[in-house]
Amino acid sequence: MIYGAISIAGIAKPDLITFLAAALLVVGGAFGVIIFRNPVHSALSLITTMFGIAVLFIEQQAQFLAAVQIIVYAGAIVVLFLFVIMLLGVDRKEAFKAETLKAQRPLALAVGIIALGEVLLLARTTWATGAKSSNAPVGNSYDNVTVIARAVFSTYLLPFEATAVLLVIAVISGVYLAKRVQLGADVERDPGTANLRDNEVIER
Amino acid sequence: MGVDPLFLGPISIGTVIIAIVKVLVAFGALMVSVMLMIWFERKLISDMQNRIGPNRAGPFGILQTLADGIKLFFKEDLIPGKSERFVFKLAPYLTLVPAFLIFTIVPIGGVVHLFGHTVELQVADPPMGILFLLAMSSVSVYGVMLAGWSSGSKYPLLGAVRASAQMISYEAAMGLSVASVVLITGSLGTRDIVTSQAGAFFGIFPKWNLIRLGIVPFLVFLVAITAELNRPPFDLVEAEQELVGGFHTEYSSIRFALFFLAEFMNTITMSAVIVTLFLGGPDGPNLGGPAFVWPILWFLIKTGAFLFFYVWVRAALPRVRYDQLMDLGWKVLIPVSLGWLLLVGAMQVSKIYGFALFAAFIVAGALMYRAIIIGRSQSSELDIITSFGSDAQRSPKTHTSRERNR
Repeated sequence: MIYGAISIAGIAKPDLITFLAAALLVVGGAFGVIIFRNPVHSALSLITTMFGIAVLFIEQQAQFLAAVQIIVYAGAIVVLFLFVIMLLGVDRKEAFKAETLKAQRPLALAVGIIALGEVLLLARTTWATGAKSSNAPVGNSYDNVTVIARAVFSTYLLPFEATAVLLVIAVISGVYLAKRVQLGADVERDPGTANLRDNEVIER
Repeated sequence: MGVDPLFLGPISIGTVIIAIVKVLVAFGALMVSVMLMIWFERKLISDMQNRIGPNRAGPFGILQTLADGIKLFFKEDLIPGKSERFVFKLAPYLTLVPAFLIFTIVPIGGVVHLFGHTVELQVADPPMGILFLLAMSSVSVYGVMLAGWSSGSKYPLLGAVRASAQMISYEAAMGLSVASVVLITGSLGTRDIVTSQAGAFFGIFPKWNLIRLGIVPFLVFLVAITAELNRPPFDLVEAEQELVGGFHTEYSSIRFALFFLAEFMNTITMSAVIVTLFLGGPDGPNLGGPAFVWPILWFLIKTGAFLFFYVWVRAALPRVRYDQLMDLGWKVLIPVSLGWLLLVGAMQVSKIYGFALFAAFIVAGALMYRAIIIGRSQSSELDIITSFGSDAQRSPKTHTSRERNR
């Protein structure tokens, strides 16, 4: 916001309006996440933030990132949040007023200030990546995908593959853990599912 | 590449008006076609089941949908007492909006010149193109999920859990088959995808992605979007025998109508998308007359063929079981589309790589199949997918037992 206010003369009017609208979505959504008492409302408000960020990406000509933002964050991660909220039955207004962590608020404030400082520092200086953060398309065309693919499959191939391996490990261990817990755990305990299980065994 | 020519020059009042008119025309056309589609489906199903179907309102009962819509408008709008009111009201719109937005990227015709502007006959041609389809179809999960949850009753919640699990599972296969289209096109833009399919092999076979990619991605995509749409035979979401009406059990009046509007709009939109991706979109021979008419006509014919297909499948096939659904999605469609994507990539590099990889796939596939057969015969353990299925069915029970304990 400070950055925008400084160079306000250099920005075209439509860009400014889009930015302000999207920023409103982002900040409003973020406030909603912490203000709403109902966890589902908080999650919905988080989606608003995600869409606002996607609009900001589009405004910076990063269309691919915008699409990925919606697909991954709005489409997958918040859906998982909602799944957990709905299935664990925490979808009621929180009754307790007491805070379990005493130092929660001061800590959050401190971390927030550090994060803000970091963002401002990264926007102003070049020491992190060696290049100034830009608000113009990278490369000469609109083709985001080519630029990203070249970077990922040449310069950053090793980190990319390492991430892929990490994800595969996570998936496999997740499947293994889920399966081990399932086996024989609740056949006797829960009469409702015991029926279901017997039927399935018979079908086989 | 991938840029809407309308917005290349300076933006004037004219461009803005053209953009607005495009949106309005697309919305109107989609509404009318939904109306016709509902009539078409009811009439066709009736024919296939030896009934007459709607025949009172208008010629051949064509105004039946309109009559139903008016009736639903005047019905009482019930909101269950245990529901979450705000989300309950919001959910129908969350299903409707993505359904319309996907249609905006579908090219329904060629390029025309209007008042000195070059206008593509599609509402928008964003550079992210087909990724927008994936984004919107992943967002459309929310409508169903929140509708089921906010109803505050058990059947809708069960339906919603099934629906979101199903939609998320099939999104992966859908995305992978779209990726092979993108790979062969070299661009994400829907207009580029369509123009790259123009022309013919040997003068007779159209150069559509259906033929260029082999038929496999097309089939995977077709099955995946049928599951995404929750249409039969994958309509477990609203399996009447098990779940009453699924996620929209508690809905009535106009909100109920909005869900149906969204469902049929999604069917039309997805038929249009599959035509765009695999059947060349508006591509087809010009048989005389004004040049801009034939592409639109070809597009309508191809889309209509898929709409017919959907109705036909609904009349002909029984519903699959939940574990069969998950098996098909995770164990068949995703591996097949992933393998085919690798194959298309190898073919792009060189034909030798491609055929070598193809041979390797056959050998590996045979070994894998053998291993699975042996593994199955040795263990009688329930596999993970079935246990996930029963997990989803069981969860509201644990929910209620916890409530009872309090």
